[in-house]
Amino acid sequence: MARTRFVGDTGLTARMTAVLFLLGGLFVGLIAILIAVLPLQWAPFIAVIGLGLVWFQWYNSDTVAMKAMRAREVSPQEAPELHEMIGRLCALADMPKPRVGIADTDLPNAFATGRSPKRSVVVVTTGILRRLDAEELEAVLAHELSHVAHRDVLVMTVASSAGIIAAMLTRGAQYGAIFGGGRRDNNNGAPVWLIVLVISLVTYAISFLLLRLLSRYRELSADRAAAYLTMKPHALASALQKITGEINRIPDRDLRASQAMNAFFIAPAVRGVSLRTLTSTHPSLEQRLEQLARIQAELNRPA
Amino acid sequence: MGFWDVITGRTRPKQANLDALFGIPSAAITLQASLGLEPTGNGAVCYRAAEGPAFRQTQDDVVALLDADPEAPPVEVTRDEYGYTWLLNRHDPADISGLVTDLHAVNTSLEAQGFGPGLLCSLVPFADAGGRTVGLVYLYKQGTFYPFAPKPGAGRQRDNLLEIQVRDALAGELPLEEDLSRWLAVWGAPGL
Repeated sequence: MARTRFVGDTGLTARMTAVLFLLGGLFVGLIAILIAVLPLQWAPFIAVIGLGLVWFQWYNSDTVAMKAMRAREVSPQEAPELHEMIGRLCALADMPKPRVGIADTDLPNAFATGRSPKRSVVVVTTGILRRLDAEELEAVLAHELSHVAHRDVLVMTVASSAGIIAAMLTRGAQYGAIFGGGRRDNNNGAPVWLIVLVISLVTYAISFLLLRLLSRYRELSADRAAAYLTMKPHALASALQKITGEINRIPDRDLRASQAMNAFFIAPAVRGVSLRTLTSTHPSLEQRLEQLARIQAELNRPA
Repeated sequence: MGFWDVITGRTRPKQANLDALFGIPSAAITLQASLGLEPTGNGAVCYRAAEGPAFRQTQDDVVALLDADPEAPPVEVTRDEYGYTWLLNRHDPADISGLVTDLHAVNTSLEAQGFGPGLLCSLVPFADAGGRTVGLVYLYKQGTFYPFAPKPGAGRQRDNLLEIQVRDALAGELPLEEDLSRWLAVWGAPGL
């Protein structure tokens, strides 16, 4: 009978499910309140625009991200070893091979994006290629491939829909006339646009925190999957140490340019600020290393 | 991956499919009859070695098991440039079913210790009188075979025509990989 060394992390799964549930609840709550507060003809209009935006963001995630990072796709002839490495990992994990891109920046980082495993792209920067050895690079690629397998772009985009609609409404409500102007039933209390503004701001704030929490859980999941796929937790650990160590030393002017892409990066390119534990997209290095150490212990366990 | 696995961000390591290897002996007869390719008696298993003492112990046990036969040449263990380990087993070319049994023993030992997800591929090389070689590669996770034929003396070039001929000869006999992008090159694989 085949034995498995894979141990699930029930705690992580439960926390992630809870966060997703809360985000879903938030979305439903927002829509319900909007339908109650706004005149009926507005509700479907807002829902369609909001969901359209979400859909567009997800559908074009690969091209948008590649452009934002000024990455170009490379063929197997241009980067044979990178392709071979990814090809073998995909054969090991039984998943379709994504496209491969290289971004010409010295920031050591990697990201994966794309609307589905078949239409995804894994991008590494020249900085990471230069700094990591083959084993560490492979671990990083396995982490990115796990993001692809977990469909993290889709999950994060869907999860952010409440926030996107809330942000849209905030902008709309600032021009109060759009919703409040020319209404006859504006009898007592605060004007409709003010209620909408407050509700959407609150929704946005809550969904922002929940999304960051979810993003950290997805990162931990990708770390787990990568460690099990390569069977070398220490390679990922040393890669993470190298990358995060490097990033904290890079001057701020370089960092600003790549902030937009942080959610899909393997390590965030911003330095810790206050409230860091609540708002960072990635778990702390200590947390990640702790998890990798647990996996290593499981692989080491004798029969 | 199922819906729930996506939601919870959980990939279970894919288990290897081991049984299709036993189709190799009859495929060898077909290759010999149709293309004049004969088994070389070698066979190799390629896997990811996990770090730590548990895997080392398992690998030592496997090598000891295969080397228990005093007549057979010793098993060769090599590590390739991508960090995968190759276990090369040499056999009498006439005894291909014995070779497959040995390869299967390697797989089941690794699997029994929980290292089945680390198995990448298995390679059984064939050669004809003209010096052409082709390796029959078995992908454990997909459960499919594909041919890999390096052009003799041409650096890193594949003999695609021979590979397609092999595929056509074996169609119906073995499960063959339909996605050509999965036909990974294994340059410098031991025994080829």
